Amino acid sequence: MIILSGKAVCSGINFGKVSLYTRDSFTVKRRHVEDIEAETMRYNKAKTEAIDELELLYYKATKEIGEAEAQIFSIHRMMLEDIDYNESVMNIITKQRLNAETAVLMTADSFSKMFSDMDDTYMQARASDVRDVSDRIIGILSGEERHEFTADGDNIIIFADDLAPSETLQMDKEKITAFVTEKGSATSHTAILARSLSIPAIIGIKSIVKEEYDGKFAAVDGYTGRVYIEPTEEIMKELSAKKNEKDEQRELLKELKDKPTVTVDGKKIKLYANIGTTADLGNVILNDAEGIGLFRSEFLYLESEDFPTEDMQFEAYKKIAEGMGEKPVIIRTLDIGADKKIDYFKLPEEENPALGMRAIRICLTRRDIFKTQLRAILRASAFGNIMIMLPMIVSLKEIQDAKAIINEAKAELDEAKIPYAKDLQVGIMIETPAAAIISDILAEESDFFSIGTNDLTQYLLAMDRQNEDVAEMMDTHHEAILRTIKMVIENAHKKGIWAGICGELGSDSELIPKFLKMGIDELSVTCGKVLEVRKIVRESYSKN
Amino acid sequence: MKEFTYKICDELGIHARPAGLLVKEASDFESEIMIYKGEKSADLKRLFALMGLSVKKDDTIRVTISGSDEDAALTAIEGFFKNNL
Repeated sequence: MIILSGKAVCSGINFGKVSLYTRDSFTVKRRHVEDIEAETMRYNKAKTEAIDELELLYYKATKEIGEAEAQIFSIHRMMLEDIDYNESVMNIITKQRLNAETAVLMTADSFSKMFSDMDDTYMQARASDVRDVSDRIIGILSGEERHEFTADGDNIIIFADDLAPSETLQMDKEKITAFVTEKGSATSHTAILARSLSIPAIIGIKSIVKEEYDGKFAAVDGYTGRVYIEPTEEIMKELSAKKNEKDEQRELLKELKDKPTVTVDGKKIKLYANIGTTADLGNVILNDAEGIGLFRSEFLYLESEDFPTEDMQFEAYKKIAEGMGEKPVIIRTLDIGADKKIDYFKLPEEENPALGMRAIRICLTRRDIFKTQLRAILRASAFGNIMIMLPMIVSLKEIQDAKAIINEAKAELDEAKIPYAKDLQVGIMIETPAAAIISDILAEESDFFSIGTNDLTQYLLAMDRQNEDVAEMMDTHHEAILRTIKMVIENAHKKGIWAGICGELGSDSELIPKFLKMGIDELSVTCGKVLEVRKIVRESYSKN
Repeated sequence: MKEFTYKICDELGIHARPAGLLVKEASDFESEIMIYKGEKSADLKRLFALMGLSVKKDDTIRVTISGSDEDAALTAIEGFFKNNL
């Protein structure tokens, strides 16, 4: 058995026979030409032919994989029609008196270098598009017959140095079970195609196209990035089990999408997702979350060199609000301090940051920063169903103070005739023992409670969650935590507001049935866990 | 000469697809159309030059248009940015 290791860009496990992808290679001979006019005509004729081929590929791709993916061939065509590209080729032919093949090759080198030197991975991946389209012309110029790749049998694992879009398109995709390439990136065509076919893809394995691998049986693990050539029985057993488990899970998830989150005895639970940036929106929708239960607004501050402006924040909140439509988006106001430090806040060093200046404590002392955020949230509330959530509350006064600033912001917007949702709800995080103990009082001023179990656990048990030694002793199922959560839910219900959980415990399969019996109304979990949690809820009871 | 500035909202910036469409759009006009990102500039009718600018999300670009059909070009190109980028 040989084990090769690379980077997985599409998950899944598959087995099959290795097929080396080889392409026609046309060796370009550097040749001086006398008749420049004839050489120019040769180039133009080959170019026209290439453009016709690309047009055909475009239609074929549109039919097979859709217009969006097919666009690449229209881009290829435009690359061939590009003024700079053609000027470069013509210059080499006329000034250096070199043959068309050499001119195209040199042009391809310089343009693909331009892309591979760029600092973003997406643009770097475009270097292979330039090569692909230039190879097409060189192939035509050679006058030799060009072959299409074919592989015998089913369950084929393609081993290639890199795959161009025109190459992947020509493959018989029903036969392919995995891609393994030397080059490429998460945004390369191979990765995109693998995702659309739901088969594993691994990139970045050096010298994979070796004769000795051809035709051998192999296993590809798109979770770990490993490729096993002639795997042992033991490995096969392990991978088959993992494959079955993952396949089952995938099936299950497919089944649970669009299903309501209701307990067996009919209680509807709000099942929301936690997100950290606007980029997570796609994942929220993909996993069918019914809202966003925790939008960590810190990313706007962490990504920035200086305080993010009201407009910058507004755009981000609006994007999420619009993306979610009528579904609720609960934005937690700035929660920095403790383990999250930002230079430009110039916060003094602390002996004990977890118990120091963080979250609402900073916001209520630096009201200008807080009000900028609140104005941005309020303005965005006109575009969807936004709610505000205040973190690290320990007293009723903090809620009242925060609400006073919200009201100031509202008055300013009224004055400027800027729209916002007048009935915007304001809830709080229950993550300190103090808040839990006086939750009956805090409920007077709150529209909802969301229990942040990560901090609540750390403060209840007096155990630092950043400290690895202590972390081992930390019992996240400690009776004190469960009793506290129960008390908070009861206090919420007494005042007629809902209570949810947005910490790690919200997706704890063992505890969810217990929380449901305690009367929990909402669970907000990481995107990938949404459907798993739905499954558990649908199999549990809300009453004894 | 006409000109406008625009802040890119698209997550991917001016990636291959919109770059191609932009070049197509710009090529319909006789006017000279240039795009500026900071110090750098590119002819909006040249695909490689445009992609080489590497315009990303939140970049503010400026477009200048001069020629006989500059009014029509302004409407079309500015509209393209607003609708697609």
